[in-house]
Amino acid sequence: MQRARRVPGWILGLLAASLAAQLAWHAALPAARQAKEGLPPAPRAAVLRLASFGENAAAARLVMLYLQSFEMRGLDYGRLVGWLRAAAALDPLSAYPLFAAARVFAETPDPMASRVALEFVYEEFTRDPDRRWPWLAHAALLAKHRLKDLPLARRYAAAIDRQTRSSDVPLWAKQMEIFILEDMNELEAARIMLGGLLERGEIRDPNELRFLQQRLKELDQRVKSGVK
Amino acid sequence: MPASILARLVVLEARRGGLPWLAAACIAAGVALAAFLSQVALTESRELQVAIVAAWLRACAVFLVAAHVASRTLREVDDKALELMLALPLGRPAQYLGRFAGLAACGALLAAAFAAPLALLAPPGAVALWGLSLAFELALVAATALFFAMTLVQPVPAIAATAGLYLLGRSIAALQALAGGGPLADASFAGELARGAVGAVAFLLPRLDAVTRTEWLLYGVPSAAAYAAAIGGLLLYGVVLVAAGLFDFERKSL
Repeated sequence: MQRARRVPGWILGLLAASLAAQLAWHAALPAARQAKEGLPPAPRAAVLRLASFGENAAAARLVMLYLQSFEMRGLDYGRLVGWLRAAAALDPLSAYPLFAAARVFAETPDPMASRVALEFVYEEFTRDPDRRWPWLAHAALLAKHRLKDLPLARRYAAAIDRQTRSSDVPLWAKQMEIFILEDMNELEAARIMLGGLLERGEIRDPNELRFLQQRLKELDQRVKSGVK
Repeated sequence: MPASILARLVVLEARRGGLPWLAAACIAAGVALAAFLSQVALTESRELQVAIVAAWLRACAVFLVAAHVASRTLREVDDKALELMLALPLGRPAQYLGRFAGLAACGALLAAAFAAPLALLAPPGAVALWGLSLAFELALVAATALFFAMTLVQPVPAIAATAGLYLLGRSIAALQALAGGGPLADASFAGELARGAVGAVAFLLPRLDAVTRTEWLLYGVPSAAAYAAAIGGLLLYGVVLVAAGLFDFERKSL
């Protein structure tokens, strides 16, 4: 076997020094965070399709992870909805854009922003009502309890009743208008809805289950402490 | 039969050349990436894993095959091994087809290895169809890289031409959709010309966006007719490339 040649000391020194300088340089940089400029305008779905070389399902989910990394406070909801629309167009069978819109972005304390997210859910629901009703059901609850906008909540509830055709849609979802008009608090309503979804095995994803249970717990604490 | 011996030698060379280790590293990186991304997903964590791993493994497989084919072919040319082989009592078509068969077999083995981890995340039937489609896709990539390596006889141009053809094949449908422009499309002569040019280029490319689709793993297998049409398109284009390669190899003076 051929013996390795001895490397001159100055080369070893250069290697060690440059490696140390690289580590020091990286340590001095600020931690990687989302751009201060905020969310850029959304590209068209066709452009994303081209950029992902046809890997639409992967691209749609990466768009959602990208959106998740932004702080909700100060987020431009007009742009956000553009991105969500592009993700939904890239993979129309993915539940992620509607889930994020209804369960994350619509729950912002800013009522105007929340309305923008809820309208996105409604708009997307009309494209595939039998698959997307659970998110509009949640949107109806948010409209009633967070926005205190009963006509909006009734509009969403009525849309579920009138536009869904599948026998898989449960009766409680079809009769949501009554549910909306009943004098129950948000926690009670959310419990009924989540209980129904869990009972039917609609929520199988462990991350989603954990997230929803956490939300229910937070809601419970908020109701107990009397915070709106 | 001598062509099959040549094919076996090509597979043996790939096995000894470190290709299996590179494939294993790609699988490990894909699984690690998917595990990380699934932790940050709020929902559809399994779907996210499938989508990312499948896209990653497909890209890795194509790169490995293209780089392997181009580098081994050009090494054969540079080391004068090709000239030595041509001195054997074996016709040029048999030599070319033997090499191609060996490279396609390497692609098939790679496709089987890359489909295996997906079987843990997606239905086995869908994974089998995805893996079979990937094997055909890699055979097409091997045919492309072999053709360009033999024709251009330089590694960078050969790999660049293979990557260009492959990426264009995967994005041509999206380009056509963009060029269509919808209701606001430019109706001028220049606009029509641009659309016509994209359409003409599409005629010369394989429809790679229709094969090895991640959606099959997520939402169910395609109809038999759609699958057969997609694979049939690949096979047809593969035959065109092999025929072009044979033509070039026959006329080449070595």
